[in-house]
Amino acid sequence: MGEDAESPKINHTFLRDYVTEADVISTVEFNQTGDLLATGDKGGRVVIFQRETEEAGEVGDSGEYNVYSTFQSHEPDFDYLKSLEIEEKINKIRWLPQQNAAHFLLSTNDKTVKLWKVSERDKRPEGYNLKDEEGRIKDVSTITSLRVPVLKPTDLMVEVRPRRVFANGHTYHINSISVNSDGETYLSADDLRINMWHLDITDRSFNIVDIKPANMEDLTEVITAAEFHPHHCHLFVYSSSKGTLRLCDMRASALCDRHTKLFEEPEDPGSRSFFSEIISSVSDVKFSHSGRYLLTRDYLTAKVWDLNMDKGPVETYQVHEYLRSKLCSLYENDCIFDKFECVWNSSDSVIMTGAYNSFFRMFDRETGRGVTLEAWRENSKPRAVLRTRRVYTGGKRRRGDVGVDSLDFTKKILHMAWHPEENIIAIAATNNLYIFQDRVNPDAQTQ
Amino acid sequence: MFPKGTKRKFSDSGEEAVCGGGGGGDQGPSAPPAPSPAVARTLSSSYSLQRQSLLDMSLIKLQLCHMLVEPNLCRSVLIANTVRQIQEEMTQDGTWQIMTQALAAAQCPADRLVATEVLCRQTEAAAAAAQAGQSPKPFSVSGLEEGYHSEEVVMDGDAEAEVAMSSLSPVSPQLSSASYLAGPFGMGPCWEDDEEDADCDEDEEEDSEECASEGEDAERHHLRADSRTGEQVFGTFEIKHPAPPPDPALEELFSDVDPSYYDLDTVLTGMQSTPKMGPYDLLESLSSHGPTALSSSATCRSDLNELDHIMEIIVGS
Repeated sequence: MGEDAESPKINHTFLRDYVTEADVISTVEFNQTGDLLATGDKGGRVVIFQRETEEAGEVGDSGEYNVYSTFQSHEPDFDYLKSLEIEEKINKIRWLPQQNAAHFLLSTNDKTVKLWKVSERDKRPEGYNLKDEEGRIKDVSTITSLRVPVLKPTDLMVEVRPRRVFANGHTYHINSISVNSDGETYLSADDLRINMWHLDITDRSFNIVDIKPANMEDLTEVITAAEFHPHHCHLFVYSSSKGTLRLCDMRASALCDRHTKLFEEPEDPGSRSFFSEIISSVSDVKFSHSGRYLLTRDYLTAKVWDLNMDKGPVETYQVHEYLRSKLCSLYENDCIFDKFECVWNSSDSVIMTGAYNSFFRMFDRETGRGVTLEAWRENSKPRAVLRTRRVYTGGKRRRGDVGVDSLDFTKKILHMAWHPEENIIAIAATNNLYIFQDRVNPDAQTQ
Repeated sequence: MFPKGTKRKFSDSGEEAVCGGGGGGDQGPSAPPAPSPAVARTLSSSYSLQRQSLLDMSLIKLQLCHMLVEPNLCRSVLIANTVRQIQEEMTQDGTWQIMTQALAAAQCPADRLVATEVLCRQTEAAAAAAQAGQSPKPFSVSGLEEGYHSEEVVMDGDAEAEVAMSSLSPVSPQLSSASYLAGPFGMGPCWEDDEEDADCDEDEEEDSEECASEGEDAERHHLRADSRTGEQVFGTFEIKHPAPPPDPALEELFSDVDPSYYDLDTVLTGMQSTPKMGPYDLLESLSSHGPTALSSSATCRSDLNELDHIMEIIVGS
């Protein structure tokens, strides 16, 4: 919504702040080259941004992202058997590796995964024999010669068409999809099961993990995220609400209920509380680009795990430790169930995750230091340098520090993405998308 | 930022002591050192108050589910695990028995707070009744799509009554009769409806119908509660395959009618029902005791603000 001139009599502020629920961004993902950035929202729409290519000779600004295509991916649905609505909210988008001129992406809501083909058309054939310029069929008697249609350039058109619909694979809500490195299969995970699909086959999928107990009364743990290994097509990992990670090898058996490796941090008995389990629930898991490490996010921390060591994480980063004393209130207002995502940078030297009050955090793995940044339009003009922020937790109070009780818990940074090669990040803040670029170190370097 | 509800005013310091405070480690009650009755007395009152408040909050969260969209299973499981943890700890303390008995002895006002439309699509119900001599089976998540379990309500004859609640069958034939039974035998009908309320399996097509009927049952039970004799009957019994719930439309029509005549059937069959206190029982008692002070339990809320708070939650959802 635009910036209205504020009438002296009528206060339009509430209109400015009103966010249509459907516009809330629910997922962000770069493609493998970083030229395309896709966002999904609660209204079931996908918006694809494309990076402007730099013209040779221009003074060196990296390209900016502009809207490339918008389409409606999922529609609200209704489960007649259970008398429940199926939300059209896009839970995840994953790009397929590019194989030809067209781009393919998978988008999913709670129940259905769809494969979309995004293709450009910038030429059209002209000079048909049987049709005139407007497309009307010519009178055959007027055709006296034969001519070959010629392709003429035309305005760029981006077409998005659904190519596959993978339906009826999940009883519970899909939380993750992950494309395999073999380029042919992908997995989709819901609360209790993980299925593996072939990209060309929509009426069948393999169930590779099933943690549903025989008696649902015994259910105490659910699957929260899952991902394929970036290089080994037989390995995948899934996380649970109890804070465990399970690495599974599909060569071991068809049904990977028995993990190959279980990653679990032993609980500190001294710090146990009624909220211990809830805050240990892993909300996101990501393999590093190297495939050697895992990054997980639970409510208060982000942890890096070495695949070779299952006894505990090798690094733990406190995202917002100051919330530990507020867990009861956060449980009351349900914020404790927020699922934050986490991402690696391209060289696996920096990790990033979101927090409240439009803050997001970056941690340098080498130094162990973290910074807090803010994604909020009032404070950032285009091309302005991001200031680091701080939450005041004691000691000397600096100007600009935000008190813990002043944090806005409705402004949560849950979804984000990091460009696969450069230091460009995309942050989803409610219905706004922020794209930040590092001008100082535009290319990823080990710092 | 945070809603200024009764919880704040009730135990600001208590809350901070239990849930707040600085220092490392999660804040919150640590497990009691020994599961002996003496432990219950040594636990600080603020701790047990806070634990109770957490239990209340969790039960309300489990009840307030979305009407149209399936509730988040992960959230439900985490809340259920929390309730289970509290339940286990309170059982070890011995405070579970105290609380349930206190609620059993409480007067139940006629007005119901929890709207029937709220009591729907539960993803969990309390676990099946424990076997004799064992600690109550932990609170658990019941079948989302299958598992229509028959209800089992078991009660021992003395103060060490097992506290448990069975999972409910949406097609529970004898459930209504079980509930009705409690009336004339004066065993706190105000919470027996929990069993009916809790059985709204989200996969049951007639969920809303079920809930509506159960809510209406609750209304009747309240009315009956006022007219109960106060006589308490103990006995070991088991009720399986509860009766099918009545037609919700009829429920609404006859919500003011005293259904004690229903009891005759079950009375004549010699079955007795004294529902155990389970998580949903607690929720019902919470919302039903209203302005009436519960004398014997320090852990129960009894002020109007609490009711308003609950109403806000209900209406707000």
